[in-house]
Amino acid sequence: MAPANDKPHLKPHVRRSHLLQLLHGMIRIRRFEEKCAELYTLEKIRGFLHLYIGEEAIAVGCNEALAKDDALICTYREHGHALARGVSMTAVMAEMYGKLNGCSRGRGGSMHLFDAETRFYGGNAIVAGGLPLAVGLALADKLQNRKRVTACFFGEGAVAEGEFHESLNLAALWQLPVLFVCENNLYAMGTALKISESEQDIHQKAAGYNIKSEAVDGMNVVEVVQAAQRACDSIRADGLPRFLECRTYRFRAHSMFDSQLYRDKAEVESWQQKGPIVQLVQWLRDYHQLSDDELRSLERQVELELSEAVAAAERGEFEPVDNLTADVYTPSASGGAA
Amino acid sequence: MTDGTTMSYREAIRQALREAMNEDPRVFLMGEDVGHYGGCYGVSKGLLSEFGDERIRDTPLSESGFVGAGVGAALGGMRPIVEVMTVNFSLLALDQIVNNAATIRHMSGGQFNVPLVIRMASGAGRQLAAQHSHSLECWYAHVPGLKVLAPATVADARFMLKMALDDPDPVVIFEHVMLYNNEEPIPTPDRCPPMEQAFVRREGSDLTLITYGGSLPKVLAAAEELSHAGISAEVLDLRSLRPLDTDAIVRSVSKTHRALTVDEGWRTGSLAGEISAIIMEQAFWELDAPVGRVCSQEVPIPYPKHLEDAALPQRGEIVQSAKQIMGAV
Repeated sequence: MAPANDKPHLKPHVRRSHLLQLLHGMIRIRRFEEKCAELYTLEKIRGFLHLYIGEEAIAVGCNEALAKDDALICTYREHGHALARGVSMTAVMAEMYGKLNGCSRGRGGSMHLFDAETRFYGGNAIVAGGLPLAVGLALADKLQNRKRVTACFFGEGAVAEGEFHESLNLAALWQLPVLFVCENNLYAMGTALKISESEQDIHQKAAGYNIKSEAVDGMNVVEVVQAAQRACDSIRADGLPRFLECRTYRFRAHSMFDSQLYRDKAEVESWQQKGPIVQLVQWLRDYHQLSDDELRSLERQVELELSEAVAAAERGEFEPVDNLTADVYTPSASGGAA
Repeated sequence: MTDGTTMSYREAIRQALREAMNEDPRVFLMGEDVGHYGGCYGVSKGLLSEFGDERIRDTPLSESGFVGAGVGAALGGMRPIVEVMTVNFSLLALDQIVNNAATIRHMSGGQFNVPLVIRMASGAGRQLAAQHSHSLECWYAHVPGLKVLAPATVADARFMLKMALDDPDPVVIFEHVMLYNNEEPIPTPDRCPPMEQAFVRREGSDLTLITYGGSLPKVLAAAEELSHAGISAEVLDLRSLRPLDTDAIVRSVSKTHRALTVDEGWRTGSLAGEISAIIMEQAFWELDAPVGRVCSQEVPIPYPKHLEDAALPQRGEIVQSAKQIMGAV
């Protein structure tokens, strides 16, 4: 079952049912991606596959603060965001298969999930390439007097790109309702933050553009929810952009071709111990809010959804080759493409 | 048939902008110095006071940022016109144009389209040297997902913008810097062919001179000179560089049996090369002579006048090449 997007604002206190819902959201993403890795080795999924495992709290947490008519712009590591947003697992899995029932008709694959229904403007595989788009979407909202937020996700690697700086400047200068979310997982592919940035406290950079910013523990889903809610409340109140840095870690390789020569196994293990799912499960157990049965039932629910998604992807048809060039251009009124 | 008004190419674009802004509240113009300065080439002069700074939007010097914002605003339901000062600067925005504007419709399975118009100045002749003078139209014309226009006449400058705005996909318009001061009477809009059609600017029977944009005046002058030598040249103005109106090219060459393409781009990998290939593929048996090309010399465009002139297609070379094709030299 996909989570709804029109949630009431989070109360300052933490409700058990809400925590279980967050846990469910993160487990959905985790199991989906583990399955993707397995399907990749079976060659059901090809091309690049970038797993979000370890970072689930950010997509799930930020989505809590977004309303149904808000927009999202994401990177090539966006399976989690699509699932959290409410793109069906079937549509995402079928897209991984390159099938017609995929959310981009199979044209985009893992890196280019799109969904008009949920205002999900893609999976962008050029680092920082999505930031100017977010500025433009927010500009369109402002010019049309629509009170909506555009949430823009990117990694810390994007911070070195010119488009990052151009976009922050434009959003602040033009007073646009953009939520910039930096998913700082410490490595741009294999290049560590410490060898790529002169200022490694990323959220400080927003200050240079007069954008209010905050850094949070991206492994703690409750902290992410609250920070995202504060940021979105503020954007909805004054129409100005906000910047959220979520400090996190990617547990898996950059893509399926990465032998991870650039980091120690011990470092990965130390982060895994404070992973977002482990952390939340531990906390719930410490306070006797999660029984083994409940966790099992939650896992079963996800397993069922996942097996249905895989079955639907398997059953899906491939786009006929005759349609190869369809939608390069909008069909003209007479029916023919230019 | 004209509407009785004569105006410059620059004024024609300004009038087209004004008309578009008045007709559709979703239309806005943004770019470097389009507002307070009045446009680097004076195209948008006066529009700021007419429409205000929300719709005539000065941008910082962030080509990738504001072109990408144009793509995003188009996705968000607006009809942005983004002005890039010169084609050389557009290279800083190539990521947004090629990776986003051109791909999003196809890559999203047809869910999203990008109704964006990008205008930019191109071409040489003003002694602006090697970073402000190039003709890179064919780079853009190479990219599926884009449409590329090169209005060469005042009439096209006046009416092509609206056609581009009416198009649901991204359209790049090249305005050659040597055309801005040209003055011509304006025809009524119904006399202006659809944007994707090439147009015969001069009828002829001996050979077809194929060209676009800033080279058109030179080619028309060459055709006139050729007529004095007894050679009847047809001049085909491509108008649209993507898609190319191959039917019009084949039709004209099938009539004249000889073709010479004049293209301010560099010869290697040029549009002229593409056109030559199209003729070879689709009209080979119609040809009475090899297809010729007059292109720019393979150098960065130099500053001094004599060298700039020497680098570009000129009337004399066009006439000479046409005569060679006719076997008249």
